[in-house]
Amino acid sequence: MSVTHDQMLQELDERPFYRRLGAFDWIWALLVVAGSIYAWWHYHTLMDGYEVAILAGTAVALVAWGWSWKPVRPYTLAVAAVSLFAVWLYGSDIGVRDSNFFLQYLVASQSAIMWMSALYVLATLTYFFATFTRSEFSGKVASAMTWSATVMGTVGLMVRWRESYLVNADFGHIPVSNLYEVFILFAVITALLYLFYERKYQTRALGGFVLLVISAAVAFLLWYSFDRGAHEIEPLVPALQSYWMKIHVPANFVGYGAFALAAMVGVAYLFRNGQERRNPQAAGSSVLPSLELLDDVMYKSIALGFAFFTVATILGALWAAEAWGGYWSWDPKETWALIVWLNYAAWLHMRLTKGWRGTPMAWWAIVGLFITLFAFLGVNMFLSGLHSYGEL
Amino acid sequence: MKSPAQRNIPSRGTILLEFLGSMNLAITLLVTVAIASVVGTVLQQNQPYQDYIIKFGPFWHEVFKSLGLYDVYAAGWFLVILTFLVISTSVCIYRNAPNMVREMRQFRTRVQAVSLRNMHQVQEWHADAPVDTLEPRYRAWLKQRGYKTRSADHDDHRLIAAKKGSWNRLGYIFTHSAIVVICIGGLVDGQLPIRVKEMIGQIQPETRDIPASQVPEISWLPESNPSFRGNVTIPEGGRAGVAFLQLRDGYLVQPLPFTIELKDFRIEHYVTGQPKSFESDLVIHDPEREQPVEATIAVNHPLIYEGYAIYQASFDDGGSGLSLQAWPLDHPELETQQVEAAVFESLEVETSAGRQTLEFESFRPFNVNPAPEDPEREFRNFGPSFTYRLRSAQGEAREYENYMLPVALEGRKFFLSGVRDNPNQPFFYLHIPADPAGSPRRFLAFNALLRDQDRVREIAAETVGETFSELRLQEPGMVEEVTATMGRLVRMFARGGFDGIVEQVEATVPEDRRMQVMDAYMKVLRNILSALYAEILRAEGVDISAGINERDSRFYEDALNAVTALPMYGSPFFLQLESFDHVQASGLQITRSPGKSVVYLGFTLLMIGVFMMFYVRQRRVWVWLQPQLDQTQVIMAGSGERDRRDFEREFTQLHQGIRRAGETD
Repeated sequence: MSVTHDQMLQELDERPFYRRLGAFDWIWALLVVAGSIYAWWHYHTLMDGYEVAILAGTAVALVAWGWSWKPVRPYTLAVAAVSLFAVWLYGSDIGVRDSNFFLQYLVASQSAIMWMSALYVLATLTYFFATFTRSEFSGKVASAMTWSATVMGTVGLMVRWRESYLVNADFGHIPVSNLYEVFILFAVITALLYLFYERKYQTRALGGFVLLVISAAVAFLLWYSFDRGAHEIEPLVPALQSYWMKIHVPANFVGYGAFALAAMVGVAYLFRNGQERRNPQAAGSSVLPSLELLDDVMYKSIALGFAFFTVATILGALWAAEAWGGYWSWDPKETWALIVWLNYAAWLHMRLTKGWRGTPMAWWAIVGLFITLFAFLGVNMFLSGLHSYGEL
Repeated sequence: MKSPAQRNIPSRGTILLEFLGSMNLAITLLVTVAIASVVGTVLQQNQPYQDYIIKFGPFWHEVFKSLGLYDVYAAGWFLVILTFLVISTSVCIYRNAPNMVREMRQFRTRVQAVSLRNMHQVQEWHADAPVDTLEPRYRAWLKQRGYKTRSADHDDHRLIAAKKGSWNRLGYIFTHSAIVVICIGGLVDGQLPIRVKEMIGQIQPETRDIPASQVPEISWLPESNPSFRGNVTIPEGGRAGVAFLQLRDGYLVQPLPFTIELKDFRIEHYVTGQPKSFESDLVIHDPEREQPVEATIAVNHPLIYEGYAIYQASFDDGGSGLSLQAWPLDHPELETQQVEAAVFESLEVETSAGRQTLEFESFRPFNVNPAPEDPEREFRNFGPSFTYRLRSAQGEAREYENYMLPVALEGRKFFLSGVRDNPNQPFFYLHIPADPAGSPRRFLAFNALLRDQDRVREIAAETVGETFSELRLQEPGMVEEVTATMGRLVRMFARGGFDGIVEQVEATVPEDRRMQVMDAYMKVLRNILSALYAEILRAEGVDISAGINERDSRFYEDALNAVTALPMYGSPFFLQLESFDHVQASGLQITRSPGKSVVYLGFTLLMIGVFMMFYVRQRRVWVWLQPQLDQTQVIMAGSGERDRRDFEREFTQLHQGIRRAGETD
């Protein structure tokens, strides 16, 4: 296991946390706070008390996130800069989309999402290429591509948010309201989680595996958009007009993203395990990280996903209490959320109290992804219920 | 986590406790609940029994019904599994929590050197300073790294015990208690008490569709019922003092301690026609209060009144009044009739097809549909519409959907009336052309004329006479014959449209002559039909001396198409909506859930607990200080359960740091 020099220095630093913050950290905090205040000042007439609280909470979380994981800062700044550029190009006329070169080919939400799609697929191939040729440079290119794709995906969402107001002021809403929009969110969050572990453990060998699932999401997204015209901005049904959507959906997708990551690490685990069994001597020369590390990443990812999924499900229950008249109605989506939760609860118990490790847990994590997938896609496709917002 | 094995034979209670608290049982239960839950999502729950019988057949219906598969989450066996999960979790807490609390507090200042050396992380060195100098330095440094420390003197050494992240244990207690708390809260709000009452025969669901006032006592719940979830639909201007609880294939009546009046119900729409908001203005009349309470509720914005939550759940028609004109389609001698009706009402009507029932089903004040010119992108309001069923004495029904206003299609205007035999089909639309005055009168007059055999004969005779005199033909017999043919053709056309004539020819004329006969018939028919149409125009006062203008001739073609479609339309009359009085009804869901606060307490515990468990890391470090001549022998050991990898790194840093801290003066 290798640790970056920076990280080492940071961890050896004996000063308390806040003393360790440098000038850049404070500039970062200042920027985020200033941006949030500007957003509040500009849009507060459209926000209710809860939404102001969510904005404040987001600002605090973003500052903390940027302090604890430095790459968040250039990422956020890039997203902000490109999104603001697009918003500025638009002015107040959605029609500019078809006439302005930059919007049409680069930063209109649909264009940005296409860039994201292309970059994720290319990054997947590049990661695999880098792994097989053991090329350090290709690996760096793949990481850069993944970062760029993530920036473009987030820009796509941000600009879409603005576009929804431009199409019709009545339609305006945060773009996490249907299957198309949340698939972009899923790709972006999964990529961010992966990039976190890539940097933490200094290994790019998992990139191809994790981006495979993102590429699958991209394939779905493209089909959904070209075949079904799902990218069209639609107004919100009354049940979704609530501040809860702003927190329930993203929290859920941190969970889904983490579960997807865990499953793909599980695949890598099985891959490496197979290699070792066939050829025990070559174990040391595998490009994949050690089984122990893979197992650890898998656990951490599921723990993170479980924590967020718990919060998301509870937020969902609180919202249901407000919208449907009961915190729990055994609606198919609710029930499947419970099934997913129970499944990972069992996984965690197995690992933490029974000490299970390795192959069975990797298989279980992969099965878990399918259960999760059913909860988030299958329920919408095959079962009907209250929660039918993302129908195919 | 198992307690140390006991040497003597354990009692039955101990064995039971051991079993209930075992990890194997817990995991089995988690998985079982998950699998059982799947059943209820695959099989649609709480549908009318009739649907299930159609779907599964009577045999499997009985089997599924007795297994409780139509309401899995309230089925006895499901509740038993849940109860076991709660018991198992409770036993786990009962057995482990005391140890955990103790462990959170204890510093473990009595540890042997051997045990320290056996730990995963251990370092040994000799420091030059005496124990008394080192101890405060080491403790200060550990404290700086977030550890709490305690030291104890033993015979020949001093031991510093340090720990960090003890809250992790609290995370365990929180999450597991949360499950128990949530389940108890859920049980309070569940239907269990009602089910029990039903089982012992105290209540019985009502299955007939009758007003609440006629529902017998046995289907009423007490007003004091602490928890329920019911629905009620109130028309504008109406009041309700009860809610209906669905129970399997019937319902129960839940009286409320107040009445709810619906003053107004509003739907706002987006430009695309999709609903944007549903709002109800309510007035609560509570005998306990002098002033009624007014409130407006909307989706996502319920009213909480005295522990009762009132939600905007659905909407419906509240019995809108419809003023209709009934135009006979097949019997010209019948007068048009004025009909006053309301949605949800039925009317008995005498028709040419016998006694039929008109069941008015719904009314929509407007219909935003894809525009015919550009159905992909444009939307247009087609205006008000209503639907009704026409049920024959045999019980067969056809469903009709009529638009009030004519709809523009390709530059012409039509009254649309859709018909279908069952709800799964799309509507087939009859297009009745609107006359220049925007009414269906001209078409209906034309249609009536087609069926008036005397008048047809008269006009036919005139037409034939004129034609023959123009041609200077003097054949009285021929005139008679052509006139009769015209009359017959018109009759056939009126009965079956152009298709009817084609069928007739196919049935009676040999194949080689059909084309010829057909041509002749069509020529004759066209002739008489245009003469009939000219008659209608003349009667309207239209000047046709210079020929029929383009609009009127287009109308003629459309009218012929409509007549051709009439046999498929299948109704002896056309109902034209003249005016309406829109009355809406709001569907409210009323709930009382005293368990909610308990469940929310559980939620809070669960959220806090989960993060504590995963992100508060428990660590213990010991520093053994033993004087050796003028030096001190130091053994430093530590354990960080669950994440050895991370602790290994942390321990390395701790070790380096503590040595440095010990050396500084």
